[in-house]
Amino acid sequence: MTILLSAIKKIYQIGDQTLAALDGIDLHIKQGEFTALIGPSGSGKSTLMNIVGCLDRPTSGSYKLDGQEVANLSDDELAATRNKKIGFVFQSFNLLSRISAWENVALPLVYAGVGKKERLEKAAYYLDAVGLSSRRSHQPNELSGGQRQRVAIARALVNDPHIIMADEPTGNLDTKSSVEIMDIFSKLHEKGKTIILVTHEPEVAACASRQLLMRDGKIIRDEGKGVVMDVV
Amino acid sequence: MLFKESVRIAFTALFANKLRSALTMLGIIIGVGAVIAMVSVGMGVRQQVQTSIASLGSNMLIVSPGSASSGGVRQAAGSNVKLKLEDADAIKSKIKNIDYVSPTVSNSYQIVNGNQNWKSSVQGVTPEYMAIRSLTVGTGSFITAGDLNSRSRVAVIGTTVATNLFATANPVGQNIRINNSPYKVIGVLESKGQSSMGQDQDDVVIVPLTTAQERLMGITYVKSINIQVSDAAKMDQVQSEVETLLRQRHRIDSGKEDDFSVRNLTSIMQTMTDTTTMITLLLGSIAAISLLVGGIGIMNIMMVSVTERTREIGIRKALGATFQNIMMQFLIESIVIGIVGGAIGVVVGYASARAISTFGGFQTVITAAPIFLSFFFSVGIGLFFGIYPARKAALLDPIEALRYE
Repeated sequence: MTILLSAIKKIYQIGDQTLAALDGIDLHIKQGEFTALIGPSGSGKSTLMNIVGCLDRPTSGSYKLDGQEVANLSDDELAATRNKKIGFVFQSFNLLSRISAWENVALPLVYAGVGKKERLEKAAYYLDAVGLSSRRSHQPNELSGGQRQRVAIARALVNDPHIIMADEPTGNLDTKSSVEIMDIFSKLHEKGKTIILVTHEPEVAACASRQLLMRDGKIIRDEGKGVVMDVV
Repeated sequence: MLFKESVRIAFTALFANKLRSALTMLGIIIGVGAVIAMVSVGMGVRQQVQTSIASLGSNMLIVSPGSASSGGVRQAAGSNVKLKLEDADAIKSKIKNIDYVSPTVSNSYQIVNGNQNWKSSVQGVTPEYMAIRSLTVGTGSFITAGDLNSRSRVAVIGTTVATNLFATANPVGQNIRINNSPYKVIGVLESKGQSSMGQDQDDVVIVPLTTAQERLMGITYVKSINIQVSDAAKMDQVQSEVETLLRQRHRIDSGKEDDFSVRNLTSIMQTMTDTTTMITLLLGSIAAISLLVGGIGIMNIMMVSVTERTREIGIRKALGATFQNIMMQFLIESIVIGIVGGAIGVVVGYASARAISTFGGFQTVITAAPIFLSFFFSVGIGLFFGIYPARKAALLDPIEALRYE
């Protein structure tokens, strides 16, 4: 599951001005890499992540996910890719507030067409894995920030994707919760998941094996490239 | 499976905003209820009109003589004297699909009882007249075939005549004088009230046809022959058969005009039915407008719902929901409003139609057609007015939607 971007540009038209959010990105992320995207606000981190996460399409350039050109996929195929190959973790958790943690975790399986029994079993397994088995039937507003983010991680994992994309996952959390969350990411890295993390906290970025520094839509520094955990 | 899940999501969303969902449904409930109640009132009016026309005599053909002409001067219609009692007998025996044939004569006479007198219309009729005009005798009896054969001087009187001549006394068995001849009252008709043309149907004296012809009026012809056809669909056929038979009997060469005319009440009936159908349609369509307004209510609230749940839509899309998934989720939600609102509306409409007939004194007729029609219409409205908001939701850009606060 390799990610290969070449000459990716994303250009926004604001009035009669054009703004290049991404200005020619060449990037190769191998399977199993733990990459942190760092850089100031407006440097294009989130835009890059949206494109890699198949939520957005580049204006020009080529993006091959697992050898397949993403530009050639239809909207429905993109949805299926997000569903099966990529797991998202957001800064503001983005859990559905009216349903329980359990159902939140099971949500991607609904769109994968998995039967109800299997959905609940899998969701319970991943809630266990993030240490929330006792909180299954709680609604998100009955959980603490750290717990909510762990539910979100369980949800990202439930379809067993190869890539986990996390956009400032610790941005809304206290230090203790942040450490717990980063622990989980490190463990996932050890299990061979490809992780892409957007952050502007140096301590968080330090957990990753590779750091990409972005500025003005360009990658200006790339450290620790190619460090892949050996899957034991 | 995904469908089941979508239905569940729809119900969860509707229950999360109970008051809002209930108010949205109220639009549909009132619409469906109004359609059912109004149409049932309209149908009630129609049935009332039909019943009152039927009391005039349904499936009725009326044969009357044409105009007489002497030396090129034509007289009024009905002045011809060629329509006979025998014509009526011939119609009865030779033409099928006829229930009753009733020849009549009539004229106005001064009726006297003791020191009271009253001018009324005297009808000479046969016993079939009672059935053909749906008359009922209150006290006493009606004219019999025996009275007809023996030209008896007997009379059946209407309640208006009875009140004017006898006040509160029982007229049966008493004698009255018609045109200075004594007649025995053998029965009093039950009151029929005014006809739809404003005539007092109780101001009448009925005597045997033969008595009226020979003893009272001194004529040999009849003024009209009423024919009741057994089946409404056979009206035209019977009418043309009667015309052919009478032309034969009156020896009218082809190419010459009839010396009689045959009219029927179906045209009146048709007009009345058309009018009441119009009323029903009018009431129904006014009510349907409220159903349409209810549909706009659904659309309105679904738009609000989509905007409110923009973030949820973004999350679902990020997790792999397709255009179809989102579209279905919101469509089902609006259809559920249509179905639940429609079902409650049917109950409300039925109940209010019953209430109108119980407390309002209006006759209402509840039929299956408006119930099913308005129910499926409301489901259709849920579907139709749900399409635009659902499409709007499904087309949302996931990144924009996730950023939405």
